[in-house]
Amino acid sequence: MYKYDEYDQAMVDARVAEFADQVKRRLAGEMTEDQFKPLRLMNGLYLQLHAYMLRVAIPYGTLNSQQMHKLADIGRKYDRGYGHFTTRQNIQFNWIKLEDAPAILTELSTVEMHAIQTSGNCIRNISSDQFAGAAADELTDPRPWAELLRQWSSFHPEFSYLPRKFKIAVIAAAEDRAAMRLHDIGIQIIERNGVHGAAIYVGGGMGRTPMIAPLIKDFVPLEDLLSYLEACLRVYNRYGRRDNIYKARIKILIHEIGADSYRDQVDAEFVHVKSLGIDPPRAEFDRIAAQFAMPPLDASAPNDVDRSDPDFAVWLDQNVAEHKVPGHAIITISLKPLHGIPGDATSDQIDVMAQLGREYSQDELRVTHAQNIVLPHVRKADLYAIWQRLDEAGLATPNLDLISDIIACPGLDYCSLANARSIPVAQKIAERFSDLERQRDLGELKLKISGCINACGHHHAGHIGILGVDRKGKENYQLSLGGSGAEDVSLATITGPGFDEDGVIDAIERVTDKYLAERTDGERFVDTYRRIGMAPFKEAIYG
Amino acid sequence: MKLLTGNDLKSGLVTWWTGSDWTLHIEEACDVGDQGDAIAVTEEAARRVNSPYVISGELTDKGPRPAHIKERIRALGPTVRIDLSLKPTDPSAAERVI
Repeated sequence: MYKYDEYDQAMVDARVAEFADQVKRRLAGEMTEDQFKPLRLMNGLYLQLHAYMLRVAIPYGTLNSQQMHKLADIGRKYDRGYGHFTTRQNIQFNWIKLEDAPAILTELSTVEMHAIQTSGNCIRNISSDQFAGAAADELTDPRPWAELLRQWSSFHPEFSYLPRKFKIAVIAAAEDRAAMRLHDIGIQIIERNGVHGAAIYVGGGMGRTPMIAPLIKDFVPLEDLLSYLEACLRVYNRYGRRDNIYKARIKILIHEIGADSYRDQVDAEFVHVKSLGIDPPRAEFDRIAAQFAMPPLDASAPNDVDRSDPDFAVWLDQNVAEHKVPGHAIITISLKPLHGIPGDATSDQIDVMAQLGREYSQDELRVTHAQNIVLPHVRKADLYAIWQRLDEAGLATPNLDLISDIIACPGLDYCSLANARSIPVAQKIAERFSDLERQRDLGELKLKISGCINACGHHHAGHIGILGVDRKGKENYQLSLGGSGAEDVSLATITGPGFDEDGVIDAIERVTDKYLAERTDGERFVDTYRRIGMAPFKEAIYG
Repeated sequence: MKLLTGNDLKSGLVTWWTGSDWTLHIEEACDVGDQGDAIAVTEEAARRVNSPYVISGELTDKGPRPAHIKERIRALGPTVRIDLSLKPTDPSAAERVI
């Protein structure tokens, strides 16, 4: 894992001191809320429905056990004993007091964490593949590049006041586990003629105008990557609309001027940027990359796993993936228990996961964009012992990628932007499909719920998506089908008129029944949808 | 009726204007009539509240009830964590809000 150098630490410490002074001035009445709001947002501090909310950055979703323990401590000491893992691989605390914010940020800085650029019109936390460095199908570990981008984008003076927020994802595997093409910039490390480079996709995103990012450059040599990205951002910063917040994202710019025109302008800008010499020397990249070296795993470790405990065997099949090193595995800990809140974990549970990371996973954990936690480097021989500990802590739900592994935004229960609640809908769906055998029979089915059009719950990318809206003061839910955030990326299509809370649960059951009736061998839900189209599902839903 | 609400500057918690002070409990909120905006200016300047605004509601036998669901959830707390709400021992509180 990356370790801060003196510059990283100095930057974070200086920001904590600066924000502590700003909080003091706000509490003393020397600043109005209008003056203070942009400053607190730059430090991840929102004012939500019930209290201040602090969003803490977890760069590319990677953290160590000490950092994880610190998050548990903060939840216990300054919040109400829990935290909420988000779809940008971050964590949010929902009940923060303004006067405590400087102390929290000070504590975070002691473990090389912060809340910088988790809000505002800047480059947000760089996201990545939660299996990075462990996945059998990856070309290389994408995180050194993500870390380089973190350093490049942190406090970047030119990109601190972009027309709108800006999200970047980096992957290096054929399987897209990071919804890469639904980002403002998606980067896929690829190989051509034995040389690694980057395919650059620009202009994707969800929100009120969902778009899949088009390919802007099929191969950027990695030694040019920062210059090329700088050019991408410069063109956006120059021409992105600042007069209309709904048209300010880069996807709108590219949609309006066309991908070819945007590409031409980036190419022209790149020639200039490249002359500035901003790409780091190879030695600097190597310094970063060395910190992501594969931990010392014993490739001769036993591959066999005793499956005699049936509950363990189910979890093993559902939540454990192959590791690139024989004798090892990748565990995904589901934060979607029955009656739970997607993405929430108590401080005690966070401590358990931290401890397991330290004992069994080379001191590493990951946060996934699907709001789960990964132990990336586990010996197969330890799987049963880990499962027992997870089970004791209520963390062994065997539902990864099943219908109850739901992404849900905080919705109207917490969020000041939301129009409808998301969490109760997720809970009711999980309850309706609580029979695990039924879930497993349905197979991979990614269900995603957003409580407003901003789409933090990724409903556009759901095999089944739900959007909560306000209809004459009442919660109403629009159902959509056929989305995907994976390598087979697609945007979901709305089925028709919306439903009330119970109605949308019934509608989903009619959809899954139709799928079961229509599927052929080996077809996932989304495959069947793509083969037979919307009409049969619409007929099943509305009659 | 008109209710004046905002968030406590230090804690961020939802507060309601009682006529003389701020309270966490909507049952104690008063009808501010057409004075809400003026009170908001004074109270915000005194740093006793953050971002106050006026909402519509109705007076019921259980006290003031905001017209919009968002404000009713603000008044209670998250409906999915009644244990963290202002009525932690009332399991039906969430249903009444909706």
